[in-house]
Amino acid sequence: MAGRFIPELLFKRQFGTTPLLNEIRKMARLRVVDNSILGRQAELEGKPAKCIHVYNKNGVGTIGDKVLVAIKGQKKRAFLVGVRQKQKAMVPRFDSNNIVLIEDSGQPTGTRIRVPIPSLLRGKKGEFSKILACATKFV
Amino acid sequence: MSVFRRALIASNIRNLECYCGVQKRFSNTLFDGTLEKHRRSELSHDREKTESFPPFEAPKDYKKKYPDFLPNADWKKRDRITEKLERKDMLRRRAVLNIPEFYPGSILAITVSDPYAPGKYNRFVGICIAKNGNGLRTSFTLRNVVDNIGVEILYELYNPTIQKVEVLKLEKRLDEELYYLRDCDPKYSTFNFNMEPVQHPPGAPIPVNDIVLKIGPRPWNQKWHRQNLKGVEGLDEHLREVEKKLAEKTAEPWEKYDIMKTYRNSIHEEESERILSEVYEKNLHNQKLKENRKPLKMD
Repeated sequence: MAGRFIPELLFKRQFGTTPLLNEIRKMARLRVVDNSILGRQAELEGKPAKCIHVYNKNGVGTIGDKVLVAIKGQKKRAFLVGVRQKQKAMVPRFDSNNIVLIEDSGQPTGTRIRVPIPSLLRGKKGEFSKILACATKFV
Repeated sequence: MSVFRRALIASNIRNLECYCGVQKRFSNTLFDGTLEKHRRSELSHDREKTESFPPFEAPKDYKKKYPDFLPNADWKKRDRITEKLERKDMLRRRAVLNIPEFYPGSILAITVSDPYAPGKYNRFVGICIAKNGNGLRTSFTLRNVVDNIGVEILYELYNPTIQKVEVLKLEKRLDEELYYLRDCDPKYSTFNFNMEPVQHPPGAPIPVNDIVLKIGPRPWNQKWHRQNLKGVEGLDEHLREVEKKLAEKTAEPWEKYDIMKTYRNSIHEEESERILSEVYEKNLHNQKLKENRKPLKMD
């Protein structure tokens, strides 16, 4: 190789340039949208929550799914309440991937959600109803 | 169907495959032209009556008013029978729901029935950023910024859950697709949910909003500098020299002079006239029915 100039190696792109899929997998950065201090501090530090596990079978999170996030050196569970990925008809698409943090008991960490939430999540029951209780707006 | 005719059709399919190199979609599919020829042929003993063109001539604004009635320009995806059935369904839907004309750039309010909402319906206001599809699959996307976060919803125009379509401001923009609003200042895609509708006098031309927006910093959602957009400025200051050169290299300024390309990507004038006159005829018929309907006796 020494002394030989190979233009192909220098100018060939080694990465793809297709549009983003915006999938929520492991290592995806997420935005905390409730009024919890933990979420706000992480955002101020410039180190938003990072997804480290998606609790479903295919490993790609969508609205209503539960994820495990790493935030300020802690492991926290959270619910996805809005995603950037292309959605089906009648389902809202948001400009950021939004999560609401929950405690191990299932109780939400914050008391209020600052952004609108997709209306179809109101059909979810069980653990999710506690999050719906602190929502302010639905679209 | 006689044995002779079946054999004829089978041989036709074989011939088409051999000579034209056309891919068959289904083994029992025939091309419309071939079928029409045999229907009209003197040799055919069970001749069918061919349909005549309706004598009605559609008004000139119908092409803009009802663009979703025109079929897909890609001939490989066309099927005349499906198109006809779809048109029938669309007119039946339009008889129940008032769907006004609108364009990308117009501000709309859509009311959808929602089983979870307290009033059983959900209303969303936003700017139409794109209109895609044709026939029953026509869809459009609305965008608004709610609580400082951008929200986009794709609606299917003929979805039966839609209860009301309101045009709050009838307007056009310089571009057909306004996806670049995602990377512009959020104030340009913020609209009040209690916005008062702006009246548009019937018959007046559609106003074009020639606003030119400044694009925000990178990273962008798409490569806006490769899309020949008229409604955006300040793209160059975010680009590197290499990217500018690449954009020049990939540009196709001769595209608008490519007559064959425009011909292939559009519906033939004669065909669109025929379809729209059919729509016009049905509209007139529906109107007559409405006028002649006797009021119900309420004793």
